[in-house]
Amino acid sequence: MDFDLSKPQKLLKGSARDFLARECKPERVRELMETDTAHDDKLWQAIADQGWMGLLVPEEHGGLGLGLVELAVVAEEMGRACLPGAFLSTVFAAALIERAGSREQRAKYLAPVAAGELKATVAFLEETANWDLDGVKLEANRRNGSFSITGRKLFVPDAGVADLLICVTRVGDSLALLPVERGTRGLSVKPMPSMDGTRKIYEAVFDQVEVADADVLGADGDARGALRGALETATAALCAEMVGGMQWVLDTTVEFAKTRQQFGRPIGAFQAVSHQCADMLLMTESARSAAYYAAWTLTEDAPEASGAVSIAKAYCSDAYREVGNRGVQIHGGIGFTWEHDLHLYYKRSKASEVMFGDATFHRERIARFIVDSAA
Amino acid sequence: MDLNLTPNEQQFRDEFRAWLATNTPPEWAGDTNAGDRADYLKYLRDWQRKLYEGGWAGISWPQQYGGRGAALMEQAIFQEELARANAPPLIGTIGLSLVGPTIIAMGTEEQKERYLAPILSGEEIWCQGFSEPNAGSDLASLGTKAIRDGDDFIVNGQKIWTSFAQLADWCLLLVRTDTTAPKHKGITCLLLDMRSDGISVRPLRQMSGDSGFNEMFFSNVRVPISQVLGKVNQGWTTALTALMNERANLGTGIQVVFKRSLEALIARAHTVERNAGRASEDPVVRQKLAQAYLELEIMRLNTNRALTSLSKTGVPGPEGSIQKVFWSEWNQRLQQTAQEILGPYGQLSDFDRGSWQYAFLRARGNTIEAGTSEIQRNIIAERVLGLPKSY
Repeated sequence: MDFDLSKPQKLLKGSARDFLARECKPERVRELMETDTAHDDKLWQAIADQGWMGLLVPEEHGGLGLGLVELAVVAEEMGRACLPGAFLSTVFAAALIERAGSREQRAKYLAPVAAGELKATVAFLEETANWDLDGVKLEANRRNGSFSITGRKLFVPDAGVADLLICVTRVGDSLALLPVERGTRGLSVKPMPSMDGTRKIYEAVFDQVEVADADVLGADGDARGALRGALETATAALCAEMVGGMQWVLDTTVEFAKTRQQFGRPIGAFQAVSHQCADMLLMTESARSAAYYAAWTLTEDAPEASGAVSIAKAYCSDAYREVGNRGVQIHGGIGFTWEHDLHLYYKRSKASEVMFGDATFHRERIARFIVDSAA
Repeated sequence: MDLNLTPNEQQFRDEFRAWLATNTPPEWAGDTNAGDRADYLKYLRDWQRKLYEGGWAGISWPQQYGGRGAALMEQAIFQEELARANAPPLIGTIGLSLVGPTIIAMGTEEQKERYLAPILSGEEIWCQGFSEPNAGSDLASLGTKAIRDGDDFIVNGQKIWTSFAQLADWCLLLVRTDTTAPKHKGITCLLLDMRSDGISVRPLRQMSGDSGFNEMFFSNVRVPISQVLGKVNQGWTTALTALMNERANLGTGIQVVFKRSLEALIARAHTVERNAGRASEDPVVRQKLAQAYLELEIMRLNTNRALTSLSKTGVPGPEGSIQKVFWSEWNQRLQQTAQEILGPYGQLSDFDRGSWQYAFLRARGNTIEAGTSEIQRNIIAERVLGLPKSY
């Protein structure tokens, strides 16, 4: 049994860290935060040139055909840099296309994704902000060989830059995955300004948006299963990203505790401070164990994978916030300022907390599994 | 990254599991709280003897001393399988996991010859005389004195919190042999015969009702200098070696016990009413049970990571401190959750044989024993994070 990353995985991690330290410094994060979309074409292309847009994309479509652990490793470094933009959204959408798409659809979309030529997102949430698949209520009406969508999706990440938006709708008792390209008649997106400016979210308004039968994803397959699987992939990636952010907060805070002097000594010499740091380490390392385990079980397609993802997301949701809380506290006044980079991570932690289901949501999932099955 | 067991590890697990299936004695039906009942002690000694004869005692010890030279992962599997089989506790555990490895590391050939085999067989039971009323977290300030008199040391003083002292044959004893040197440099480690004149042992009753540990009083106790372990005034190194060996047990066994407790609590939640409904349907209860479960899973994953890292570096690091904080505080939260679910029933002495009451009270000691949470956090802060010492 070996819980360590392999040599290639470690190399990938190192190169991701170096790349992002060069190309995505905190100043750049702040600049992008101030834009409408938090998207940087050049940075996006540079990431694609590294091959990372295609980490999970099969080689036949120009991707690297690697697994969730490799994605986790890159996602962690992206989280450490608080990388803005549509990477995670595109990973989610691509995972959905991979599972639900026909051969033609996979070729059509995944190759451009891997090449950095397609940004995509999945429009899932509605007014109830419910991450349960049964929470999807937006109906698509079938008529004349196409589906028509009229309604709204909320909290859609990166819809402002997405070339492709996959709208999750209900058709009778089933779910229908309807891809809508940018510029399609009837589709409009409106920003939903929120706490985290590094990952913009939008309201997507559909006014009789038409999607041809032939374009529907997973029409003859298991749309539900595909969505569940893609969601698990995206959630695992998000957890790894959160671990990276936690590590940044921990490292920054410990460094501060070593150098900031009060009462004639570094404040890290006071147990009230050092013990909080110890707790931050415990949470970060525990989150890391959970996130990488989730990634590994998904790679192995193990039956425990769904449970592992919920365990990771529940834990990371609380842990990143709590690490952030302590990080700000230990920094004192300056930790509370706009000028210090801490709030970039703190706000990212909050947005991540509620994305793909918060701790309460995932704990209830776990409860169904451990409590109800023991009835 | 591969979390599957290797074929060798799987084989080891299968072998031991099969042996346990045929050799584990039935669970002790009597009252274990009366810890010094002769028949319960015989039951425990017989169990260790059986393990020894099966070749399963001291598996981590080098083969030349009667062990199997078992790798860390195998030791972890060993602990886990013992717990899974609901096997009786190992009465010789201090000898097997702490004293024996320390004698192997630091003892003379004569000492290895004399002491190791009876530790393995369980013929001789050991206790650990470290803490004192004025030396707990600050162990190095210990004051039990040993003064040289011819070929002996004469020991006077007191130890406290000594598990197994009431039935131990031998004691790994830390004494002060130089009161002028800095405190870490005047300590000696002695191998003490508990049948010596001048020793009295008094059980200490815990909040949970049982007397798991003791006070020991030493009045002019003679210890031959041949029973110094390591070198005179270098006993602190010996103590650290002993504590390090103790910490190498990363708790895979206790996690099985925890899993069992959680499952028992979930089962109870289905039968108990809380807030005018089944406890298992109460959303708050469900959240707490789920949180306990996910944290226990993470505890297991952290252990696996620590085992991987330890197997590669061979040096027990501070991961032991992270483990200890995690499990002790987890158990306290679980026991509180159990009490919340069970309400006043959880406090009754004869509900579920008083096990919830016992477990809740006993858990208060978890964050104090084997290094307090405060000390563990100091260790994490200083040795992992490199933060300055606070004293």
